[in-house]
Amino acid sequence: MTPPDGVVAQTVSRTVAPPRTRGVESLWSEAWRRFRKHHLATFGVAVLIVMVLAVVVGPFVYRVPIDEIDFKAKLKGPSWAHPLGTDDLGQDILARMLYGGRISLAVGVAAMLIAIIAGTVIGATAGQMGGATDHTLMRLTDLFLSLPQLPLLLLLVYLFRDALKKVLGPEAGVFVLVVVVIGGLRWMPVARLVRAQFLSLREKEFVEAARGLGAPPLRQVVRHILPNAVGPVIVAGTIDVGVAILAESSLSFLGLGFPPDIPTWGRILFDAKDNLDFAPHWALFPGTAIFLTVLSINYIGDGLRDALDPRKVLS
Amino acid sequence: MYKYLLRRMLIMIPVLAGISLVLFTVLALAPGDPFEELATNPNVPPEVRANLRAQFGLDDPIPVRYVRWFTSMVKGDWGFSFVSRINVGTLILQRLPTTLWVLGLAQLLGLLVALPVGIYAAMRPYSLFDQISTTFAFIGFSLPTFFTGILFILFFSIYLDWLPFIYRADISAAGWRWYWENLRQAIMPVAVLGLFQGASMTRFVRSAVLEVIRLDYINTARAKGLSERVTILKHVVRNALIPVVTLVALQIPGVFTGAVITEQIFRVPGIGSLLITSILANDTPVIMAITFVFSFLVVLFNLVADLLYGWLDPRISFR
Repeated sequence: MTPPDGVVAQTVSRTVAPPRTRGVESLWSEAWRRFRKHHLATFGVAVLIVMVLAVVVGPFVYRVPIDEIDFKAKLKGPSWAHPLGTDDLGQDILARMLYGGRISLAVGVAAMLIAIIAGTVIGATAGQMGGATDHTLMRLTDLFLSLPQLPLLLLLVYLFRDALKKVLGPEAGVFVLVVVVIGGLRWMPVARLVRAQFLSLREKEFVEAARGLGAPPLRQVVRHILPNAVGPVIVAGTIDVGVAILAESSLSFLGLGFPPDIPTWGRILFDAKDNLDFAPHWALFPGTAIFLTVLSINYIGDGLRDALDPRKVLS
Repeated sequence: MYKYLLRRMLIMIPVLAGISLVLFTVLALAPGDPFEELATNPNVPPEVRANLRAQFGLDDPIPVRYVRWFTSMVKGDWGFSFVSRINVGTLILQRLPTTLWVLGLAQLLGLLVALPVGIYAAMRPYSLFDQISTTFAFIGFSLPTFFTGILFILFFSIYLDWLPFIYRADISAAGWRWYWENLRQAIMPVAVLGLFQGASMTRFVRSAVLEVIRLDYINTARAKGLSERVTILKHVVRNALIPVVTLVALQIPGVFTGAVITEQIFRVPGIGSLLITSILANDTPVIMAITFVFSFLVVLFNLVADLLYGWLDPRISFR
């Protein structure tokens, strides 16, 4: 329900006395201005940038191999040689976390993309077509919403893991499977959001105007309705990255996600949990990494919600 | 009311049928064969395997197999566990009470935290209390349950040595001591799950109360001289709870995710940990049955939420 931004800016500058020096802002710079007001969200962005830089650039700077076994240094706490300590095989935990973090974050982003693309397409179709299509798609959404996520995730991974491993290799196979299944079980809230937006936007004057000017339905949807429905989708998508990272970590924590040679954060925790009493650092570092990432993402989502909701008056 | 209940229960049937169809399709599309082990066993001749396949109807077309599977599920014949050689139904019934006990206590704890904190925070928005509780709520639902579990074990079991970190079904004590031991071992799983639930519920309660507290009829209630306590409890909270129930109902499938993980960490002998053991042991009948039980519980709790909805909001008529 975001009106074109110029309209808001003009009415504001006419009715509220002080003349605006900034001129007419675009939707995005306005949103950014609102976003920066949310200090914790800005903090979240900073933490997340550090995390992403660490996992992308880190392995090139910190060149310790992830699978170098050294029994003399096993289960050691943090030291100069191993900043985050070592595991039961004497492997360097920092190196493993930098490498595994890439996969954890990539799973989150990829699963989010699948969820919002599927959700947007289904929600848009339902909202635009209406009638029987709408009804069927919404019943399907309800059905998926009442599926228990983790048990089904476990079931699917258990059934299809070996087949996909054979086709795509152990790393890519599990990655594709985990991403598709997590994304495939998270599209429903987005579909509902998009459909609700479509139902109200479809009847708005500016869409009617486009229709009157002879815009074909696809153009109405892509050029006029979708750009106005995008705010809540961005918020939902942000939160979904966090949810997907948690889902992958849960799966790996249960020992059913990535194999041990691909140390995602959840997998490191799985390996660490039986050695809690004499090597707590092994579990604490990857756990904290997951927690900080998800916390930052949730704060960013909260900040975006404030920034993209035009009804909210902040300034 | 009873008519409504009956109709809602009738609606459950197509939903459950839909879920079972999804589950069965997944299983039918999956590669692999329950008699794979026999194929690699040199002592079993191929004819025996073919006979077994025919006997269990594995060569029939998929729709026929689905109908047969669904009817026997409805009749309560859930097959035998490959691993423990006992009836799947009995196996699940042994484990289910523990799961429901831990889950129920956790939800109760979540509500006990979320309601007062959320209401108080919304009564004084942007106060210090509100900011602190919001921060804790964000931390609470960003901390994955498996990490909270590990932190609790590290602190309460290893560092302080107060609580046992393994849940035992066979406590050899009687009377009060038995209750005490059971309570003691349930504290950590319930706290992990309950605080995680409570964190997001606090946010729901706070925003719902904030929406309601500004409305005119609240001013009216105050203006006619009702005490603050009555205004908040009878006028604000009751109306604010309506959206909260919807949101909590939407979260139910996620609750089971937490349950599986907590049961696995603390080795609670419930159906969640049974699911993990069965997956690791390729025990297909048990896996299918537990997934179905979880789906059934989700649908059942959605029904409960619907009934609560009608109780909270008399405008929704049960017809």
